[in-house]
Amino acid sequence: MFSGKPNHERCVWALFLFGLIGVPSLYFSGTISIDTVNMLGRYLAFAIAAIGLDLIWGYCGVLSLCQALFFALGGYAMGMYLAHHGGPPGSVDVNGWKIPGCLFVVYPAGVGETEAQWTVPWFWKPFYSLTATLALGMLLPGLVAAFIGYFGFRSRVRGVYFAILTQAITVAAWLVFCKNDMKLCGTNGLTNFDTVAGYSLTDPGVKFSLYMLTLACLIAVFCLCRFLVDTRLGRVLVAVRDDETNLRFFGYKPYMFKVFVFALAAALGGLGGMLYTPQMGIITPEYMTAKWSILFVIWVAVGGRGTLSGAVIGALGVNLVYNFLTTRAPEAWPFVQGLLFVGVVLLFPKGIAGLLDLIRFKRLAKRTAEA
Amino acid sequence: MNTTELIAEYREFSPRINRIGARDFLLFVEDLTAVFDGFKAVDIDAWGVKRNELRVVIGPNGAGKTTLCDLVSGKTRPTTGTVFFEGDDITHALEADIALRGIGRKFQTPRVYDSLTTFENMELALPGSRQVRKFFRRSVRRDECDNILQILERVRLKDDRHTEAKHLSHGQRQWLAISMLILSSPKLLLVDEPAAGLTDLETELTAELLLELKDEHTIIVIEHDMDFVRQLDSKVTVLNEGRILAEGDMGELTANEEVIEAYLGR
Repeated sequence: MFSGKPNHERCVWALFLFGLIGVPSLYFSGTISIDTVNMLGRYLAFAIAAIGLDLIWGYCGVLSLCQALFFALGGYAMGMYLAHHGGPPGSVDVNGWKIPGCLFVVYPAGVGETEAQWTVPWFWKPFYSLTATLALGMLLPGLVAAFIGYFGFRSRVRGVYFAILTQAITVAAWLVFCKNDMKLCGTNGLTNFDTVAGYSLTDPGVKFSLYMLTLACLIAVFCLCRFLVDTRLGRVLVAVRDDETNLRFFGYKPYMFKVFVFALAAALGGLGGMLYTPQMGIITPEYMTAKWSILFVIWVAVGGRGTLSGAVIGALGVNLVYNFLTTRAPEAWPFVQGLLFVGVVLLFPKGIAGLLDLIRFKRLAKRTAEA
Repeated sequence: MNTTELIAEYREFSPRINRIGARDFLLFVEDLTAVFDGFKAVDIDAWGVKRNELRVVIGPNGAGKTTLCDLVSGKTRPTTGTVFFEGDDITHALEADIALRGIGRKFQTPRVYDSLTTFENMELALPGSRQVRKFFRRSVRRDECDNILQILERVRLKDDRHTEAKHLSHGQRQWLAISMLILSSPKLLLVDEPAAGLTDLETELTAELLLELKDEHTIIVIEHDMDFVRQLDSKVTVLNEGRILAEGDMGELTANEEVIEAYLGR
């Protein structure tokens, strides 16, 4: 089944198998704690968003620095749902809506407004329903991306200018979400989560299920994207990266492809964020800072862009190293991160996926030489 | 025929005044100018190419040959003037829409998609490959595949069909670009320097290919290589400093004093 596949893809499937069988058996045999499983679940959520970034950056050649924004939008959608259904009883507004705990404590009351006049803002209400939340958590980032993309790509904003544009939008969103007047709990972020779909978030069984759900989503997303890049659409995307101008003279409209992929990447970012929030227990505007956008880019670059596998390997690998180092030698992490990025740029531009393929290529060459 | 007479003759067929006569012309440009920073790169009063014609455009460096191509294919917008294709004004259409109307183009430096294989490059040039429902196919149809392989065999790229385009030689890239253009089967082919950087043998094959296409397509070839132009043996337009200097077959032009002075004699 895997004989025709490149080495990096086989590695990813090995990782998936380990995630499906290895991690559960380690957990149930008591070798690793539920916290470790929970941590792995969060990294898997990062991997989903990283696959999205790889589609737009690795395949389409458009460096987007707002994947973290889409991730956070998905996270906020899920966060609002969780906040509705968690926290202390709080107060009920005149319309009968319970004001979520995290909003209640920092409610930006107007001058002379009493507690009795506080209401749940309209944009909180759709997120009371889980179905609506799941749909909006992917739709909202997708629509925002389609909007940015339509105007950006149609006006032929390219390369570094597009990267700057997306970074600026991310920073602008960060400023907006930080403002307490927005009734999104400001810099505190959304927290006080208790239950998801009626199950307690502190229950190890629920934590484990969330991990398995995230893994299933990751595998599904990986397969879907693998299918997409193997179709003619995938080849058009690579052509957009290689020579967008030539494509135009063959009757294609590159901006349409870019808008589509950018929106898809954003939706995947949103999905990652939605799975991340219940496992993390909090979502704050911190995830919209420039740092997080760059982190996503680093994961994909270290893993190897334009392979899909690289995004998964990079997101999991870099985060595991981060986790390992920050618990043992926290001061070493910034240096390792810097070295990783410099190493990728200078030594192995195709990332870990490229290295894996090189190993296989050398082995094959050696075997042919011996035979 | 001097330039004034030539222009007057073309003027008779302007789609604006002579809609019936203009039908013979697949491409017609009128009062076309392109000005870059005060420099007139192209300044053509009236000019056209008839259906199923193979037209060669020659001229010294900077004569505006490639700019003319850019204006027709929508890469550059003209400062003034109109471009007609099949009698329709396409002056302000987008590149992709112009391409969909049936104007195909090969650039001076062959442009192919480096990370795709030869075959995949061809796949993207298939006519009708821009329909959304075809985007989610993993492979090409049988007849499309045969069509691609037939063209690749003709240009001796069949054995390299699974090679990534970045590993092809210059000549092979040149041929791949031409093959893609042929496969996309436009009504009008704009071929910018198809022989640049090719060996004599390769040049000959390229000329053969273009002559084969002549029966069913309208072709404009821009060239520097005089031997190649002689092989094509077609009507030639001479451009100089953005203007049309003369028109006729090679025999007539080599006897034309102005042309010799501007170009051939140097």
